[in-house]
Amino acid sequence: MRGSVADRCFTVYALAALLPMAPHAGRAQETQDPSCVACHGSLPDDRLATPAKLFPTDIHAQRGFTCVACHGGDASAAGFEAMDPARGFLGRPRGRMLLDVCGRCHSSAEFMRRYNPALRVDQVTEYRSSVHGQRLLQHGDTLVATCSSCHRPHQMRPPSDPQSSVHPVNVAATCGACHADADRMRPYGLPTDQLETYQRSVHWRMLSEEGDLSAPVCNDCHGNHGAAPPGVSWVGNVCGQCHTTMAEKFRDSRHAQTFAMLGVPGCAACHGNHDIQDATVSLLGLDSGAVCANCHAATDGGGLIATGMRGLIDSLETRFDSARHQLERAERAGMEVSRALFQLEGAQNARIAARTAVHSFDLIAVRREVETGLAVSDSGLAAGRRVLKELNFRRTGLAVSVTIIVALIAGVLLKIRQIERRG
Amino acid sequence: MADGLTQPGQSRRRFVDWLLSRTLTTWLLSTSVGGLVLSVLYPAGRYLVPPAAGESATAAVTLSIKTEDLAPNSGQIFKFGNRPGIVVRTASGDLRAFSATCTHLGCIVQYRSDVSHIWCACHNGHFDLNGLNIQGPPPRPLEAFTVNVRGDEIVVSKGA
Amino acid sequence: MLWSWLDDRLGLAELGKLAVKKRVPVHRHTVWYYLGGMTLFLFMVQVTTGVLLLFYYRPTAEDAYESIQFIMAEVQFGWLVRSIHAWSANLMIFTLFLHFLSVLLLKAYRPPRELTWVSGFVLLAVALGFGFTGYLLPWNELAYFATRVGTEIVGVVPAVGEFSLRVLRGGEDVSGATLTRFYAIHVAVLPAIAVGLLGMHLFLVQRHGMSAPLEQESRGDAPPSMPFFPNFLLRDLVGWLVALAVLASLAAFFPTELGTKADPFAPAPVGIKPEWYFMFMFQTLKYLPAHILFIEGEVVGILAFTVGGLLLLVIPFLDRRAARGQRSPLFTWLGIGLIVYAVVLTYLGYTMSPTQ
Repeated sequence: MRGSVADRCFTVYALAALLPMAPHAGRAQETQDPSCVACHGSLPDDRLATPAKLFPTDIHAQRGFTCVACHGGDASAAGFEAMDPARGFLGRPRGRMLLDVCGRCHSSAEFMRRYNPALRVDQVTEYRSSVHGQRLLQHGDTLVATCSSCHRPHQMRPPSDPQSSVHPVNVAATCGACHADADRMRPYGLPTDQLETYQRSVHWRMLSEEGDLSAPVCNDCHGNHGAAPPGVSWVGNVCGQCHTTMAEKFRDSRHAQTFAMLGVPGCAACHGNHDIQDATVSLLGLDSGAVCANCHAATDGGGLIATGMRGLIDSLETRFDSARHQLERAERAGMEVSRALFQLEGAQNARIAARTAVHSFDLIAVRREVETGLAVSDSGLAAGRRVLKELNFRRTGLAVSVTIIVALIAGVLLKIRQIERRG
Repeated sequence: MADGLTQPGQSRRRFVDWLLSRTLTTWLLSTSVGGLVLSVLYPAGRYLVPPAAGESATAAVTLSIKTEDLAPNSGQIFKFGNRPGIVVRTASGDLRAFSATCTHLGCIVQYRSDVSHIWCACHNGHFDLNGLNIQGPPPRPLEAFTVNVRGDEIVVSKGA
Repeated sequence: MLWSWLDDRLGLAELGKLAVKKRVPVHRHTVWYYLGGMTLFLFMVQVTTGVLLLFYYRPTAEDAYESIQFIMAEVQFGWLVRSIHAWSANLMIFTLFLHFLSVLLLKAYRPPRELTWVSGFVLLAVALGFGFTGYLLPWNELAYFATRVGTEIVGVVPAVGEFSLRVLRGGEDVSGATLTRFYAIHVAVLPAIAVGLLGMHLFLVQRHGMSAPLEQESRGDAPPSMPFFPNFLLRDLVGWLVALAVLASLAAFFPTELGTKADPFAPAPVGIKPEWYFMFMFQTLKYLPAHILFIEGEVVGILAFTVGGLLLLVIPFLDRRAARGQRSPLFTWLGIGLIVYAVVLTYLGYTMSPTQ
């Protein structure tokens, strides 16, 4: 992996020779860096003091690593001698050197196994394949992101920690720190609106408002260490990681070939990319706001299928809504409808399935799902009607008993009058 | 009560007296008392008749599925209160039960014997046999229920 | 035949005589006399529907909510029985308050009716106890937290507070143990007390007859009156029938809601409110400062309510002027003050923003 360029190879070996103690020291021996922290912690210059102050919260500190693990030098020596390059002091590792410093441990399966056997060890390899890595390694561009750009040095936390810069909720901001910065992106001619547009998307809303940590952030589509824009042919595969059924149906549809021929990105053609919205039925058909109209007109075959599918789904939605409203009305009136609502859940399945079937662009497939849903909705509607009839029966019963009571009151009043006349 | 009748010509007065006559009042009173008694006794009587559903659903339900009906490596949907549940017999014979509502968009999940997963067909969400979401869009695991076997009956209850 | 057979054994004729002998004074305040009977009728409705509910209710934290859901949904007319029980409870407390205030303002507690007053006042307390314990039984979220707050108040009483709180709750916190306890109190302890007191109350009312207002009595001449049986009783009956029709309509159009099941680990919902008849006390405690003269504000409030209640209990023995048949405006104003206080604080309790 790292062998193709001779000098890089040399650096690695040199470093390994210079810093024999760091990876092999184990966690028990050096829990403190007397001389590093002693001086740096009390330095008036924040730039030099902050790392020493922050580091105790870092995952590496908690696993027993000390400053010298990354910075080299000799912590047992006092004063500037500790930072003698002859004692292996590296200063602030950056650029390529950072890959070697981090990779020395993180690319070693034997080493990582001792601390976190589940952690992957191919981050550096992946990084080399990324656009960031390519620019760094081939063009010597030191402005691109390296390890420490995303994993904040001295305050690294595992991605599961909400304070981590790579926790799902924070990833967009972490990438956006550079990618939303117009000055930084200008030399590369990259747009800077991705963060803003992403934060309008349903994915971000699911993540930030609904707390659904499985919702995708930047790295779920672009990769993290191997970050790159997904190519046109990839979009389906990327989205299909989660939206499998849709991706499958789309792949088998005639659109897949046509789009590929035209060089149009599959999913993104209709759904967009960063600002992807909740896919409502309004995307379907030829009305304003519907994406089919971008290519199809009312007269062509595709347009007919689009309006047909829209009509089918609309009819199911209407029927389902009226069944649910009917049952909810009955429920609010205090009636027992749990069984009927339970059965109506079946229509919920059909609704989702019908919307999924749209991605096959096959009217018959959509109709099959819609008809299942219609049948369930109809029985729900019927149940709702029965229940409301029972409600009517209650009202009638009330009217009858109130009439009886009123008659009785009249009778009693007459009786009173009768008694008091006599008396 | 009949004193009004002695004064002729006063038809209105006579009408009122007729209205007050014992027979009408008695008739009105007796029928409406009867009606009232009926309209109280009828609901009360119907109330005491055991309802079709047997006994009140509690935190536990006894399934209509018998243990022998559920082959290893299979699963079935049942009604747990107002919501669907799924009971699974693993290949090794254990019984497990979960809420059958997918945590993604609320579709009803099913058991897939080919992969031994609980699976949601809507968006290809997979849950393992502990209810954990292991693949696809579901954000959370399925809620797990406690399963007990009483004779050949399966009793599912909420929580431990 | 049957009559004389029964009469020989039960002495029905004597009872009848007692009823026939009794006369009800007729004056501009006669209407207040109906409130006691109305409360009695609603109490009987409570007993009947309460017994019916017992057929299906299950007093455990696991089953209580579900069993009421079952009553509301599966049992035929279960919704009617439960809704009537809930509505009738509220109406009963309401008529009971009116009955209490009318007796207070008309000074009907004058001798020889002191014990009628005392028994009636204890019955009022018992009714509030019914309301407080019954509120928890559906085991829904609102009831759970209202009970938690309500019982908490007991805990601030010095010395015995902690202990009484534990006894009341059946443990440190409101739990299934509290539910079982409240259930026992609601369906066994309080009914036993209520029936005893009610018997005494009714016996005393029959024995002493209705009290005429002070000004009428002081005039000396025999006031106009009507026989209790059947004239007054039939009028009572009209009121009861109206109440029944109102109850049925309320139950049919506004069936009592069940809400969501109580979850002891859920955060308390915003704006927990007690039942409306506890609102003025609840609100008073909110307004009290944290400390009044080294004593905790809540403790002062609770002591004040206790003392106030005891004073009301013994009011027949305090109001010496009324006892001598003289006008006692002080106690009239006290009564009016009490009404204004309760109404204003109840109003504030329902209009104040819950976050304040």
